[in-house]
Amino acid sequence: MSLDRATVIRIANLAKIHIDDSEIDIFTRELSQILNWVEQLNEVDVKNVKPMTGVSGMSLREREDEVLDGGYADKIVKNSKEKKKNSFSVPKVIE
Amino acid sequence: MGKLSDLGVEEVINGLSNKSFSAKELVQAYIDKILEDKILNAFVRVNPEKSLKNAELSDDRRKRNKVLPLDGVPIAVKDIFCTKNEETNASSKILENFVPQYESTVTRKLLESGGIIIGKTSMDEFAMGSSNETSNNGVVLNPWSKGEKKLVPGGSSGGSAAAVSARLCSAALGTDTGGSIRQPASFCGVVGLKPTYGRCSRWGIIAFASSLDQAGPIARSVRDAAIILEQISGFDTMDSTSVDKKVPNLLTACSQSIKEKTIGIPGEYQISGLSDDVRNIWKQGIEWLKSAGANIIDISLPHTPYALPAYYIVAPAEASANLARYDGIKYGFRANNITSLDDLYSKTRSEGFGAEVKRRILIGTYVLSAGYYDAYYLKAQKVRTKIVQDFNIAFEKCDAILTPTTPAGAFEIGEKSHNPVEMYLNDIFTVPASLAGLPAISLPSGLDNNKRPLGLQLIGRPFDEESILSVASVLEDSANFRSMEIEQGIVS
Repeated sequence: MSLDRATVIRIANLAKIHIDDSEIDIFTRELSQILNWVEQLNEVDVKNVKPMTGVSGMSLREREDEVLDGGYADKIVKNSKEKKKNSFSVPKVIE
Repeated sequence: MGKLSDLGVEEVINGLSNKSFSAKELVQAYIDKILEDKILNAFVRVNPEKSLKNAELSDDRRKRNKVLPLDGVPIAVKDIFCTKNEETNASSKILENFVPQYESTVTRKLLESGGIIIGKTSMDEFAMGSSNETSNNGVVLNPWSKGEKKLVPGGSSGGSAAAVSARLCSAALGTDTGGSIRQPASFCGVVGLKPTYGRCSRWGIIAFASSLDQAGPIARSVRDAAIILEQISGFDTMDSTSVDKKVPNLLTACSQSIKEKTIGIPGEYQISGLSDDVRNIWKQGIEWLKSAGANIIDISLPHTPYALPAYYIVAPAEASANLARYDGIKYGFRANNITSLDDLYSKTRSEGFGAEVKRRILIGTYVLSAGYYDAYYLKAQKVRTKIVQDFNIAFEKCDAILTPTTPAGAFEIGEKSHNPVEMYLNDIFTVPASLAGLPAISLPSGLDNNKRPLGLQLIGRPFDEESILSVASVLEDSANFRSMEIEQGIVS
């Protein structure tokens, strides 16, 4: 399926990726090309076929809900752009 | 004995054990070679001081008779593995200056078995690419390039494959989501092994598509790949998809006879775009296996043509979810001059991600969005089931499947970077095994008429790495690729 410019703008907005006006046509063309190509999946009869959600069909393991480690807030904030003591300092997020 | 840097894993282990050289001498030889071959751009970071320090510690263990399985072996690591206190960027601007505070399980196992990390290698950004051209660290040159023709190393583990091929490390680690170990291994004339999904822990590997990502070795021989895989495999509680299975002795598997083995040849891999050279190498591979006493049968994997389009729905969908975490708030790159929270997110992601990563996030967002989920994502998941069923039926009759790794040899830098779909077609033979979570190996088997390496791929049953290793060893002996490396001046 070919996408139109409005759809590309909508997806970019959902994905939180800013696209310059000059790039919209390029993305529209490239994404349409990819979607047209995957269209061939419609040739496959998947009636009564279960979707594959995991590789080995195994169910995920469970574990006790318990504290295994902790006490290293300094490491957690280590990579933050700005920090105050052991807290993340971020731009204003409530508008 | 030739140059120290010419030695692979097994030779290094023997040489160190015979005291022919020390780990420190070996590491120094590789560091010198890495600096000498800087033009390849295979490494994004080396830490000679730390590597030499670790080599001294290894030599010290040897003196005290406390030798570990990979003690002193210099190994390059793709920059997608989190290495504690060592910068890790997945070749993306959005992870610039990121310094992990913990070690990935696979690199931890490598270090605990005495391996020495010689450096971090370049890759396609977030492992999304088949040529290493999407890396934020610039293009990597395939060591098989000659004169004006600058070849890509393949991707996404292009830096690792180039480093092994150029003898800048004894072996390397890569990750494979749709062929990212096997395709660059094929392009660079080295061995690449993607284990069964669940064999190696994904803990600490920067995520691309979680139901597909697997770590594995890139090495100069099948035996070297087996040695490395055995050390990095194993159950890990930190990865919920890690499988609790005993790791077999993989080196023993390499010398097992293949007389009782049945090898399947899938007709669907005879695609129209297959180059004559690839076709001939494939035929040659069949003959080599016949001479070794294997039973060859024709098999059918009817949904093969649909594997690649299904992959390009499933992988971007998972990627769009995995990469949602990069928002510029708690770590990584953050855009300047922002006016609102939304502006911060979207400018950070726009400036921090490269074009291919953006394309995949947008495709993934689209196929998961309301109204399109069933038509794309759910459909692709069902096709994935059909692909697994094809393999299940085939493996009732055969022990391993032989195919080419890629439809053609390495292409030139820039040749395919303007057409995403054409680039995706590189992975046409590697993606089916990825979707089914099967172990698969690529080994260098010959050269095309431009003297570029071509690989053959073996696909095995789940957790039967042993069968593909035994068959690959036979092909390796028959192909004698080393003589072509010498002839083409890759090794002296």
